[in-house]
Amino acid sequence: MGPIFVFILAAVLPLVVNHDYYQHLMILVLIWVVIGSSWNLLAGYTGQVSFGHAAFFGIGAYTAGILNTKLALSPWWGMAFGGFTAIILGVLIGYLCFRLRGPYFALATLASGEILRLIANNWTDFTEGMVGILIMQTFVSKLPYYYIILCIAAGCIGVIYLAMNSKLGYYFVSIREDQDAAASLGINTTLYKNVSLMISSFFTGTAGAFYMNYMGFIDPSVVFSLHHISIQAILVGIIGGVATLWGPAIGALVMVGIQELFRTAVFGLAPKWVSQGHALAFGLLVVLTILYLSNGLVGDWPKIKKVLFRKAPQETS
Amino acid sequence: MNIFEARNLVKFFGGLGAVNGVSFKVEKGEIFGLIGPNGSGKTTIFNLINNYYPVTSGKIFFNGKDITGIKTHTICKLGIARTFQVVKPLARMTVLENVTASAFCRVNTIKEAQKLALEAIEFCGLEHYKDQRAKGLPIGLRKRLEITRALATQPELILLDETAAGLNPKELDQAIELIKEINGRDITLIIVEHIMKVIMTISNRILAINYGLPLAEGSPEEVSRNPEVIKAYLGEEYVKG
Repeated sequence: MGPIFVFILAAVLPLVVNHDYYQHLMILVLIWVVIGSSWNLLAGYTGQVSFGHAAFFGIGAYTAGILNTKLALSPWWGMAFGGFTAIILGVLIGYLCFRLRGPYFALATLASGEILRLIANNWTDFTEGMVGILIMQTFVSKLPYYYIILCIAAGCIGVIYLAMNSKLGYYFVSIREDQDAAASLGINTTLYKNVSLMISSFFTGTAGAFYMNYMGFIDPSVVFSLHHISIQAILVGIIGGVATLWGPAIGALVMVGIQELFRTAVFGLAPKWVSQGHALAFGLLVVLTILYLSNGLVGDWPKIKKVLFRKAPQETS
Repeated sequence: MNIFEARNLVKFFGGLGAVNGVSFKVEKGEIFGLIGPNGSGKTTIFNLINNYYPVTSGKIFFNGKDITGIKTHTICKLGIARTFQVVKPLARMTVLENVTASAFCRVNTIKEAQKLALEAIEFCGLEHYKDQRAKGLPIGLRKRLEITRALATQPELILLDETAAGLNPKELDQAIELIKEINGRDITLIIVEHIMKVIMTISNRILAINYGLPLAEGSPEEVSRNPEVIKAYLGEEYVKG
C-alpha cells in the first residue's frame, strides 16, 4: 500500500502546489529520482560503482535532440529511443569496463563519460558542439512534464523492485559480495553485470531524453557533466542510502532542496555570497553522511528513529 | 565408470610451474583425496578444474565430455561445485540468501530456490542460523556454509578444499560425518585436506603430489606407507624408520 500512497500523493501534489517554480523543482527531484535509482541498481545492488552515469544521461538527451534537429522527428519519439541508445552505449561500455574490478571499473566509467563529453564537444557537424541543441518545447504548462517524469520514475522504481525480488536480485547482490564465489555458484557474472548496467542505462537515458524535452536546450557541458550529473548521481545515492529501494528518492529530494536553498541564498533572505557555498554544503553533507549514517538516510532510518525517539521524552520531562 | 578425468594438467605462473603434469581418474560415487605438502599445487588443481585459472596445457573430462576452458559458471551448471579454502561467504547476505542464490543454478523462481536451499540447509544442519548474516558466523559454520552452498547447486561432483582446516575436534567429527552423508547421496567428492584423520578415514583412493608432480596413488594405507610420500612430508631420515 505504501508505494501506491506515495504515488497518489505525488500525483496530487502539483495540483495543490500550483506554482511554476515549485513544479519545476518537483520535476527536477523526479529526474534525480530516476538517475539516482538507476545508479543505485548498478552501484548499490550490483556493486559496480559507476562514475560515468552522465554518459547515459547525455546520450539519451542527445538522441532526442539530434533526431529532432536532423530528422525533424518529434522529440517525444526521441524519448522512446533515448533509453535504447543508452542501452547500446551501456553494452559497449560494459564490454570494455567490466573486465576491470572495483576502483579500476569506476575510473574506466569516469573516462567513458568524459570521452563522450569530448566527442559531443568536437563533433560539431553532428552535435552542434558547444553551441548546443535548442528545440521547441511542446507544452507551456509544467503539469504534463511532471506527470510524464512521474510515470518514468514510478516505472524505474517498479522495475528495480521487481528485479530485486527475483533471481536477478539474488544474482546482483551475490556479484556485489564476491564475484569469484558468485561464478563458482553458477552465476554468469559478466552477463548479469551487463543486465544490471542495461536496466540502469535505459532509465538514465530516458531521463536524459526527458530533460531535452523539458528544458528545450542542451549542450555537452550540461548533460555530459562529470560534476553535475555523474558525481551528483553518486551523492544522491549515498545521502539517501545505497542499496535501498527508496534511498535515491529521498536523496534526490534532499539534494535538490539543498541545491535550491543555496542557489537562491535561502530565498533571498541570506546575503548573496551564500549562493556560492552549495558545493561546500554538499561536501559537508557527504562527509557527515559517511561518518554518522554510512547506510544513508533510508538505510540508517532505524538509527535516526532511535535518536529522535530517545530525545522526545527528555524534552517533555 | 569414470565421472572425472584430469589428463596431464600443467599450469605455469610466469616461469613457475605450479602443476607440472598431473593425471588422475575419479570413479562415480568415490571419495578421492588429494594430499601434498604446502604449496604442492592442490588448490591450483581445483582452480584449474573450475577454470578459475586457465590451464597451460592438459585436458579435463567430466562425464566423458571435454570441459577444458569452459567458463566457471557453466562448469557449475554441468554439475561440478566447489568450496573455497579461504571461505568466500556472501558476507552481507543471510545464510538462507547465500544458499538460495546458489540454488538458482537449477531453478528460476524464488519459491523453488528457497525450497532447495532449505533442504540443503537442513541436510547440513544450519537451520538455526538461516536468518543470520554470513558475516557474523564463526569459521566452522562458514566452512559448513560453503558446503551447503555447493550442495544447493545440485552437483554430481563436489570439490572440497580444506573444509576441515581450523575446526575443533568435535566440529571435525561432524564434518567427517557430513562428507560421508553427502557421499551417501551418490555425490562424488574430490577432497583436498591436510588433516590426516579426515583424509585417511573417508577417502577411497588418494593421490599424493609434491612440486606439482604426482608422487603416489592408491588406497590410504598404500599411500601412507609410500617412502616418497613420507620423504615429502617428514624428510629423508624418517623413510626407513
